[in-house]
This record gives sequence, C-alpha cells and structure tokens, in this order.
Amino acid sequence: MKLLPFLRPPTFRHGVHPDEQKAATAGLPIERMPFVEEYVMPLAQHIGAPARAIVEPGQRVERGEMIAEPGGFVSTAHHAPATGTVRAIDLRPHPSGRLQPAIVIGADPFSSQRLSADAQPLPKGLPGPELVRRIQDAGLVGLGGAAFPSHVKLQVPEGKKARFVMLNGCECEPYLTCDHRIMLERPRAVIGGLRLIMEQVGAERGYVGVENNKADAIEALRQAVGREGLPIEVFALQVKYPQGAEKMMIDAILRQEVPSGGLPLDLELLVNNVGTAAAMVDLVETGQPLIERVLTVSGDGVRRPANLLVPLGTSIEAVLDYCGGMLPETRQVLLGGPMMGMAQKNLDAPIVKGTGGILASLRPAPFIEEEPCIRCARCLEACPLYLNPARIALLAREERVPELSTYHAMDCFECAACSFVCPSHIPLVQLIRMGKAMVRQAAEAEAS
Amino acid sequence: MNEVLTAGTVMLGLAGFFGVVLALANRFLRVHEDPRLDTVEEMLPGTNCGACGVPGCRAFAETLVSGERSPGGCTVATPGEVEDIAGYLGVAAGFEEKRVARLHCAGGKSSVRRLAEYQGFTSCRAAYQVNAGGSACPWGCLGLGDCDEVCDFDAIHMNDEDLPVVEVELCTACNDCVEVCPVDLFTIEPLSAKLLVQCNNPLVGEAAGGICQVVCDGCSLCAKDAADGVIEMSGGLPVIRDQAAATPRATFRCPTRAIQWVEGNQFERREAVS
Repeated sequence: MKLLPFLRPPTFRHGVHPDEQKAATAGLPIERMPFVEEYVMPLAQHIGAPARAIVEPGQRVERGEMIAEPGGFVSTAHHAPATGTVRAIDLRPHPSGRLQPAIVIGADPFSSQRLSADAQPLPKGLPGPELVRRIQDAGLVGLGGAAFPSHVKLQVPEGKKARFVMLNGCECEPYLTCDHRIMLERPRAVIGGLRLIMEQVGAERGYVGVENNKADAIEALRQAVGREGLPIEVFALQVKYPQGAEKMMIDAILRQEVPSGGLPLDLELLVNNVGTAAAMVDLVETGQPLIERVLTVSGDGVRRPANLLVPLGTSIEAVLDYCGGMLPETRQVLLGGPMMGMAQKNLDAPIVKGTGGILASLRPAPFIEEEPCIRCARCLEACPLYLNPARIALLAREERVPELSTYHAMDCFECAACSFVCPSHIPLVQLIRMGKAMVRQAAEAEAS
Repeated sequence: MNEVLTAGTVMLGLAGFFGVVLALANRFLRVHEDPRLDTVEEMLPGTNCGACGVPGCRAFAETLVSGERSPGGCTVATPGEVEDIAGYLGVAAGFEEKRVARLHCAGGKSSVRRLAEYQGFTSCRAAYQVNAGGSACPWGCLGLGDCDEVCDFDAIHMNDEDLPVVEVELCTACNDCVEVCPVDLFTIEPLSAKLLVQCNNPLVGEAAGGICQVVCDGCSLCAKDAADGVIEMSGGLPVIRDQAAATPRATFRCPTRAIQWVEGNQFERREAVS
C-alpha cells in the first residue's frame, strides 16, 4: 500500500492510530432507554449564552414543551425530555464538574412518548429566516460534541456564501459508534437533513465524510443518495485520528486548509454532524425538538455495552445502571471518547446535548511520572495542525503568555494526539489547555 | 607609509569630533535626576513585587522622592527600613495599615467530600481544567499549592490538611496568589479585619451540608448575632459590610465554624475563640 499512495483513501497529514475498540458496540442496534424518575436539564449545555428558564417549580410540563428560551442569538432553547412536573430550578451537577443552574423535572410514572401539542411538523416551504428561528426554538445544536447552536450556522452572514455543505460521519474517537449506527439505521434521514441544509443555504454540492472502517454505513448512505443524480458525494476516508475534526475532514475531502482562527465558511463551506442532520429531519417531519440523543455506552467497566437513545437530562448513573451497571473495579468514567472525553467525578451529572458517549474503564491511561522532553518531535509529527505541542506546553508551564499566542496555542482543539504519542509521558494537552486558559484570562484582563 | 598616516589621522579626527559631540550632549542634553533617587532605591527591599501599587521599586522610589507617596507604602520593608528612608528624605514614615492575603475556604482534605482522585500534572490550574478537580465542592480549595509556588516571599505553605497557610508576618499583599488561584479564593484584607468567612460555597441548607463539614450553609445565625449592618447575607454567604463594628460574637453560634475570628494566621488556632 505504501508504494501506491494514490490507491489509499484520502486523509489529512499527520495524526495518530489509536486502537479502534469499536467492535463491542458497532453491531448493536440503537435501543430506546426507558424513562427514569428525574431529569436535570442544565440551562447551559451548548456554546454561547445560557438559556433562560420559562417555567416555575410545580408547573406541569409535557414531553417536548419548551422549558427554557434562547438567551441570545448564539444560544438555544431547551425542552422537557419527559412529561412531568418541574421540581426545582437550582444548582445541580454539570458535566463540567461545576454546579450550574438547571431545571429539574420529575417524570410521571408510566408517562408515554407522546409529544406535547406544541410540537407540530413544520409546514413545507418555510422561508429561510423562519426556519432558522424554528430550529433555534427546537434547541438544535451540533451533536458531534461541541454543541454549537445549529441555527447560527444556517444563517450565512451577509457577504459570505456557503457553496458546499459537508456532513461529518467520521467518528474517529475510539469506542464511539453512535454516529455509525445513525448512518446505518437512518441513512435517508441523514441525507434528507443534508438536502435540507443545502436548500437553506443555497449550496451546490454536498459531501459526507465517513471513515472506511464503516463500510456498511457508507453503502447505506450511497444507496440513500441513490441514482437520482443528487449533487451529493459520500467519501470513504482513511481511518486515522482525528479524522473527524472539522478542519481535518475538509483537508481530506477538498485538500483545502481552513485559515488559522478562521471558519470553514471562509472556504464557502458548512460542516455539520450526521446526527444533527437526522435531528433536523425529525424536527421538520414530526416537530420533535432536541429532547433525546444517541450515545454509546462502552468500555471494559460496563457489563452490557450499548448504543442508546437517551432522553437528555438522564443522569450518567441511570444510563450505566440501565446497561447492567459498572463493574466494582471501574476506576474512571469518561463522557465522550477516550481521546477528548472529560473524566467525571460525579455520576449524578446529566447527559447533555453534546454527550456522545459514556466510557467506564477498569484500566484508565495511567498517569506516569513525566520524564524530560527528549526532543524526539513525535508530537510535531502527530499534531494535525502542524503546531509545536512540546514548545506550547513548555511556554504554558513557564507562564509565558504572550509567546503562547505567537505559537498559535489558541488554534489547538485539544485532540490529544500529542499526549498519545509522547514517549516521556508529558501531559502535553493538559498543559496546552492550561495555557489556553491563561491566554483567555489575559485577554479578559486586557478588555476590562 | 602614507596610507598608514592617513588612516591614523582620520581615526584621530573622528575620535576628536565625536568627543566634542559627546561633550556638548553632556552639557546641553543632560537629564537632571534627583541624586536621592538612587539612594532611596538602594534602601528599598528591591523585590519589585508591586504590592505598593506601582511597577517596581525604582518607580516607587520616584513617587517617594516626588512626595506623592510616603515610605510606609512599601509593605515589604521592615518598620526600621521605612523609618530610615523617611529620615533620609525628611518626611513622615506614614505607615499604612498592613494588609494580607486571606483564603476563603477551610475545606481541607478531611472536611470536604472527595468524589474522585485527580491524577495528572500537579497544579491547581491544570486540575481545575479536568472536571474542576476531584472534590465535591467546585468552589473550594484544590489544595495543589499553586499559591505556595507563586509566592515570592515564602509566606504561603500547605498545611497537613492541604490548605495554604498565609504567614501574616511574611505576606506583603503583593496579589500574586490572588491572581494565580483558579477558584479565586484569595482576597487582600487589612490585618485588622478579623471576622473572616472561610467558605465560598453558595449552596444553602442540606445541599451544602452534604459537600463539606466546614461549609457555610447560609443559616444566617452570624448575621443575626452581629450588630446591625455588620453582616449581610448575599448569594448564600455572609458578606461583612462593617469590619470596624465586628466582634467575635458573630462566630459563636456558627454550626460549621465557617465564619471565624482570626488573629494572625488562618487555620492555626481554630479553638482560640469560644
């Protein structure tokens, strides 16, 4: 293969190859998790301003009813994930590790999946701005992990054009298979969502990028595109981490680079996750706002790994219990994948819109005492953005804040490829994250 | 031979010319500096800590010589050194009230509930990026000693509860620990402000009690016991509005000892009152 590079599937340069570990859940159909007793909906579970609660304790709410309105343009609404009564609005555990304002809903026993009467299919041919508003009110955010409000992307700013729309189905994080299952089980919804976005922004072409370890999903998507001559192309990309990072997928498919500090829109491009596209079709066809999401529960600490459709606000513990519980020797629980996921200390924290997986691990990556940097440059060869992780980590350690910006620390999206390869076990990505916090703090201090 | 002479003459000529330029510059462009400035700078501690509010000892010496500030503004110099500078400049020492850094958390490792163990780079700021550390209280001290590390005066050391103890004798109120703490637990207070709220947790009632033994659960007994207007409850915590009128009485009924009457260092004589 090495001799015939033109025969290999497209990819970006650099990156790493962590063990995929997807076999445990890749073949398991998505199952719906039954309702639990209590749901905790944090007001901040997306990028941007937190939502504003519009319900009072004691109030009755129906499944799909809006309980919090957007707190600004870059913000989104939240909805009751189950029919029941609002118990309280107070500080509750949040996946960030802090306690944050949340709406607590006690679900009715034996409540049904019926949606509130407010949730109606969207009429056909809604004008663009109206559709954007409906999507904001339906609480749609990017389901790939960053939870960026979807309507903001669909409102292309004046003077910009979105000629291409890309769907991201790479799912390069080890263990996670939720996007894989969505593409396999709902290919028509995925492609339908892509067409919807393309119509909304007036794009000419659509692309779907999928890593080629999901041959069945690629086949299903190609069939859904069909032979009608839709301007949509499904790309099988090389299996490499972090292929699913927006910028890396653009590089692989179009061989173009998003400028530092820029957005894909600078290349006349929009990128969305496949799950987001499917959720958009749910909204248009059934009127269902974003009240549940698919996530993968896996890892060697889980008795019954699964792909679950979970109502938002379910506690991590309840999801793990549904999967047969954790083995008593479990030493770490992560929200998200093993590369970028966040270790959780409190299993009372709820599933939020950006949660793609729960991993319970018996043998987490050990924290090994770090050794001095031996200048091997493996982190430079791993970094998909061509940054110098060792240098940035050193600057962060020495608090040389102005130089951090010189070395483009803020471009780092914390994929952890550098930490993964470092033979000296230097916690590079953690140091870089600390450095980024310093840069932000300095910028805030300057502004005030 | 001729070339050698020419070169020599040119060099001498140039030297003479620039000599004259320098002499003229020294005569007409000279910056007249108060000769006392260097002496005063010499007498200051030279730590460039910034606790006086101006950047560095030289800048502070300038404010002293111009009379804008009085020598007591330097919190690092000993009283003797301040008197010396005041005597040299012929001004009043103008001692300012000593201020120290105070920590608003008493949740050491035996008091606060631990939910998980943090493993990773040993630094509060790094740990705070990972799910806000392993303790149940995300508003509390992380106990990894970034403030100990950053203190230039060796005034902070971690006690056996993993809480930073600020030595009031050594603290110069330079603000470094205030800036480094990711949870913003330090404030600079006058040493005479003895009524301290050693908690930063806004939760009230049982929600707070389940997290930490020395948490303020917002019961407001302290506000009731103190004289009117001394303590105001705000955001689930007492806020001390009038230190001058404060007395140890406010602390007597605190069920969790979250509010304390502190003379000297924090966390050292917990049983001093009562």
